[in-house]
Amino acid sequence: MAGKTLYDKLWESHLVTELNDGSALLYIDRHLLHEVTSPQAFEGLRLANRQPWRIDANLATADHNISTETTERAGGVQAIADPVSRIQVQTLDDNCAEYGIVEHRMNDAGQGIVHVIGPEQGATLPGMTLVCGDSHTATHGALGALAHGIGTSEVEHVLATQCLVSQKMKNMLVRVDGELGAGVTAKDVVLAVIGKIGTAGANGCAIEFGGQVIRDMTVEGRMTVCNMAIEAGARVGMVAVDDKTIDYVKGRDYAPKGDQWTAAVSAWQTLHSDADAEFDVLVELQGEDIEPQVSWGTSPEMVLPVGARVPDPEQITDANKRDGVVRALDYMGLQPDQALVDIPVDRVFIGSCTNSRIEDLRAAAAVAEGRQVAESVKQVLIVPGSQAVKKQAEAEGLDKIFMAAGMDWREPGCSMCLAMNADRLGTGEHCASTSNRNFEGRQGNGGRTHLVSPAMAAAAAVAGHFIDVRELMAEA
Amino acid sequence: MKKFTTHSGLVAPMDRANVDTDMIIPKQFLKSIKRSGFGVNLFDELRYEDEGLPDQDNSQRPLNMDFPLNWPRYEGASILLARDNFGCGSSREHAPWALEDYGFRVVIAPSYADIFFNNCFKNGMLPIILNEEIVNDLFVEMNEQEGFSLTVDLAAQTIARANGESIYFEVEAFRKKCLLDGLDEIGLTLQHVDAIKGFEQNWKQSCPWLFDALS
Ligand code: SF4
Repeated sequence: MAGKTLYDKLWESHLVTELNDGSALLYIDRHLLHEVTSPQAFEGLRLANRQPWRIDANLATADHNISTETTERAGGVQAIADPVSRIQVQTLDDNCAEYGIVEHRMNDAGQGIVHVIGPEQGATLPGMTLVCGDSHTATHGALGALAHGIGTSEVEHVLATQCLVSQKMKNMLVRVDGELGAGVTAKDVVLAVIGKIGTAGANGCAIEFGGQVIRDMTVEGRMTVCNMAIEAGARVGMVAVDDKTIDYVKGRDYAPKGDQWTAAVSAWQTLHSDADAEFDVLVELQGEDIEPQVSWGTSPEMVLPVGARVPDPEQITDANKRDGVVRALDYMGLQPDQALVDIPVDRVFIGSCTNSRIEDLRAAAAVAEGRQVAESVKQVLIVPGSQAVKKQAEAEGLDKIFMAAGMDWREPGCSMCLAMNADRLGTGEHCASTSNRNFEGRQGNGGRTHLVSPAMAAAAAVAGHFIDVRELMAEA
Repeated sequence: MKKFTTHSGLVAPMDRANVDTDMIIPKQFLKSIKRSGFGVNLFDELRYEDEGLPDQDNSQRPLNMDFPLNWPRYEGASILLARDNFGCGSSREHAPWALEDYGFRVVIAPSYADIFFNNCFKNGMLPIILNEEIVNDLFVEMNEQEGFSLTVDLAAQTIARANGESIYFEVEAFRKKCLLDGLDEIGLTLQHVDAIKGFEQNWKQSCPWLFDALS
């Protein structure tokens, strides 16, 4: 019999019971909540007269629609200018208070983007099942957890039963062998994967990322990769546990201590696919082939190496595909065959659960240091992923570097990743963004998003257009 | 949950691939703490000429007449005919809520994004997968014929065309049962309360660090 994959092991260890139609009840260890997808779930509980099953499994924070402006934030919930956002944040506070759920409120030291604070506080641990009403929950799989996004009905279901009705997914291995070149980052790896397999390439699969490049990557880099699994169509992305994972978890607030730590570590050491495990789908990339990436269209699969030119619809034979390219070029205001480096940038956004951790900010600061934002660029927003990241960055003086370069240093939240607050693009504006989605209107009505790594975003900010960050590195 | 047994209705098109949930219901409408009222903002950016804001009077907004749902011939449609990878992107359940609130009970497409697909069933909507060729055929027929309607019979797993022909579709048995009976999934899961408690006890013994850390 073939060995087990990491996903098989996580699935089996959480199996409560198989239902007679092929689905199963899976036990959920950790449930993260935020203001946007939870109010209707709490309302549902109340309407049905049900109680949460296990309060200590839940952790909440406000992140999606809060302001990132220091002055607006200072006034607390009552000072949130947008009345609809204010009600939503207040509703989360009220619900958590009513049920006794631990919440990191808007200005608490533990607040931040839900997918940044989970790992950072040790609320995400290897071997867990973890869910959240947000599709980028796959991020947490970087620690060897089974983590995925759920809808609001499922949020209510998990609150009420601590279980989820699940279907086993297929196993996909994305193996990135070799080594990455200088200036090539985790973000470029995952964009290259999506460019290769497409946004539906992993539908129905749980992806395990492996290979030398992933093993060499820091745990934060692995989070960036897993974060975007959903953009390849997979609800789940994960990486096997190794010494780096264990070092990362050690000492964090909610991580086990003492004897429990020792027991946990020995359990975690089994969290990898067996050598003889079989995968349903295998995708292979070579690290040396991956270059800094820039997305040009309105879907994350519309992505190319920075030195490339955008496609020319005339060269595409498949009619459906051609239509898609024509529509994307039109929306993005690009000419067929235009060089990516000729696209001017109006705004830059460095943040989001994909790229707002300390290493991301360090990479951006390394490029920004001693340079100035180009005059043609209207705004460069630097939004740390959490209060803890912000504090760390300030301790290292990164905020000073950004501000000296002419960039805005903000308060933690989702910000321009989805533009539910005041941070957004104007119609027709091009944005170099470290977030994860370039859909039409994602960052503001009519806005044009180009997905890049933090270093590439900072490089675009100083150049005023996309540029291969390796050119700037060579200058320094 | 609303039961779904059979449904007959007018078919309307969403003729592009990779329609994401932000296109279905743009994020500015997610600030609501309610479950209803999203229908007027379904496909907001495509449907209206101006930018939509929450809590606005939508009846006064200029319509984009290039968008088929605004054409008189599709008024009252309750079956949406769509393309590959429908419902990709954000996990927001507001997407099926908006479709349902607008009046759609059925979506037909060659493929869906997983989370959206799941969310439909939980809201009394039936997302049907048909192969690309049949979907193409249906698009052609719908374009040619004003008033093009279909009848979906969930128990029989068939779609009846006006010409009497019938198309078979697959649906998972459990999901089918829940829709047919209008079953509440939480109630169903709670029938396994002993199994859940038993699992939890064992689990707490083998991994005590997963319990009580947050309190
Ligand atoms: S940063 Fe963006 S992708 Fe991440 S949780 Fe917030 S809105 Fe979602």
